[in-house]
Amino acid sequence: MRIEIAGENSLIIYFADKASAEVSAYVQQAASILQDVLANDIIDMVPSYASLLVIYDALSTDSFTVQSKIKHNLANLAVDIAATGKIVTLPVYYSPESGADLENLAKNAQLTVAEVIEIHQQCHYRVYAIGFAPGFAYLGEVDRRIAAPRLASPRLNVPRGAVAIADQQTAVYPAASPGGWNLIGLCPQRMFDPLKEPCMPVQVGDKVRFKAISRAEFLSLGGEL
Amino acid sequence: MSASSFNKATMYPANPGFKVTKSGLLSLVQDLGRYGCHNIGLTTGGPLDPYAFKWANRLLANELNASAIEISIGGLALEALVDTRICITGAEIEFTINGINQPQWQSLAVTAGDNINFGFVSSGVRSYLAVRDGFDIEPTFGSTSTVVREGLGGVNGTKLLDGQFLPCANFEGNDSHLKLATIPEYKTDICLRVILGYQHHAFTALQKRRFFSSVYRVSEHCDRMGYRLTGPEIKPAVDGILSEGICLGAIQVPANGQPIVLMNDRQTIGGYPKLGSVLSADLAKLAQCAQGATIRFEQISIEDAHNILHLDKVAFAAMNSVKIEAICLQPQ
Repeated sequence: MRIEIAGENSLIIYFADKASAEVSAYVQQAASILQDVLANDIIDMVPSYASLLVIYDALSTDSFTVQSKIKHNLANLAVDIAATGKIVTLPVYYSPESGADLENLAKNAQLTVAEVIEIHQQCHYRVYAIGFAPGFAYLGEVDRRIAAPRLASPRLNVPRGAVAIADQQTAVYPAASPGGWNLIGLCPQRMFDPLKEPCMPVQVGDKVRFKAISRAEFLSLGGEL
Repeated sequence: MSASSFNKATMYPANPGFKVTKSGLLSLVQDLGRYGCHNIGLTTGGPLDPYAFKWANRLLANELNASAIEISIGGLALEALVDTRICITGAEIEFTINGINQPQWQSLAVTAGDNINFGFVSSGVRSYLAVRDGFDIEPTFGSTSTVVREGLGGVNGTKLLDGQFLPCANFEGNDSHLKLATIPEYKTDICLRVILGYQHHAFTALQKRRFFSSVYRVSEHCDRMGYRLTGPEIKPAVDGILSEGICLGAIQVPANGQPIVLMNDRQTIGGYPKLGSVLSADLAKLAQCAQGATIRFEQISIEDAHNILHLDKVAFAAMNSVKIEAICLQPQ
């Protein structure tokens, strides 16, 4: 564990140089401990792949105090990877109609479309980070066989619900936005709804599995093509 | 048009407050920002110049977090539909009530039917318009701050649009006035104090010396997300990093070596190396700079930064006690 100053009222804790499920579990555990220990001195926190940004109230405490509390309370961090987070199943209508890059990705991977769909559903993905846009959850890790680099030229408009792959990460676009990931399907479930409580079906540390649904099921769940 | 297709914001509300007759270039409802929501990817928002924003509220005896309007560049026009008091602070801007020029940094009475027209800024970039007791806007995720990219805050998550209503209560009360000596001057040649941090080890001593001894300019790409600067290239020893949390004022250095200072509407996580962060008090000065302004950087320690924050807080509070009641506005 290494602590660096980030700004006038923030510190960043690095847990490792590389992302892994174990490191992610440490980040989660640390965030939950610090929330209790620093309580009202915390303004906000940003958990990510292998780091935790801690933003504190510099008028109620100071960098030195926060650093020593972090060191003291995170000294003996122990995690049980299997125990963290809930499992959320997201339905996906995989097809060339709903995933513009599906056929191309399969071709480049020397697989059939059906194989790509099968492989994408096989694993439980961990929510490593949420950012980029409200509710955008970075999920990993995608099987190397279907990992694909970002598009050379990003699309100006990726639809809401688009299920996509970039390298060994996958995600569901929470809202229509520009984007350079490879689109393989559409998920009818809203990933971010400001009017709902909770506003997101997942949080960092949860696991996601995808389940293929038919066109008819997609439409009956409120999906739009 | 059916009744259900009416936009909620354009229906005539019970306490109509003000009507936006001309929205201007970029006018946004803001409070002091949205906190505690980084874990779902929401940024902070809030006024780019919190000092001017807070003064607009203080001169009306409001809570400092009361919802007000950040006017970038200008062009806004409102019609008052209530009797209340308003106060305009921040960037120097010509504005009139019913065609008569009015002063900034003081509370002014408006009456239902008055037309408030803003010209364009003559010094600085962001002006603030506060109203007594704040605009009555429903908070989203604990804040009324508008972040256009996220579609959150303000009236329906957008910048102000022609025809929208900005509800607020009726009010009649006393005047107050800030001493002219304390009105900030908005400069186009500024020094930003920087606390080294994040990947600063990845920048050699030579790179750091170049950064702290060079003059940068504000490029045309400067907005509420970030200010891109142009000047001597600085190159870190690493290209990219594992995406991590970005704090306010972080100085990000992409592959082209041109620094970007990240502002209130920044993305919450990103993967470019960062040299450190600009002191918040100086971000307010940067936000008042337009394209072409010249920027220098000066290194300070975290202890210096904390001292400055405490002193600023005391100075802001102390200004209250020297107030204002001693000043009597006389026609000249």
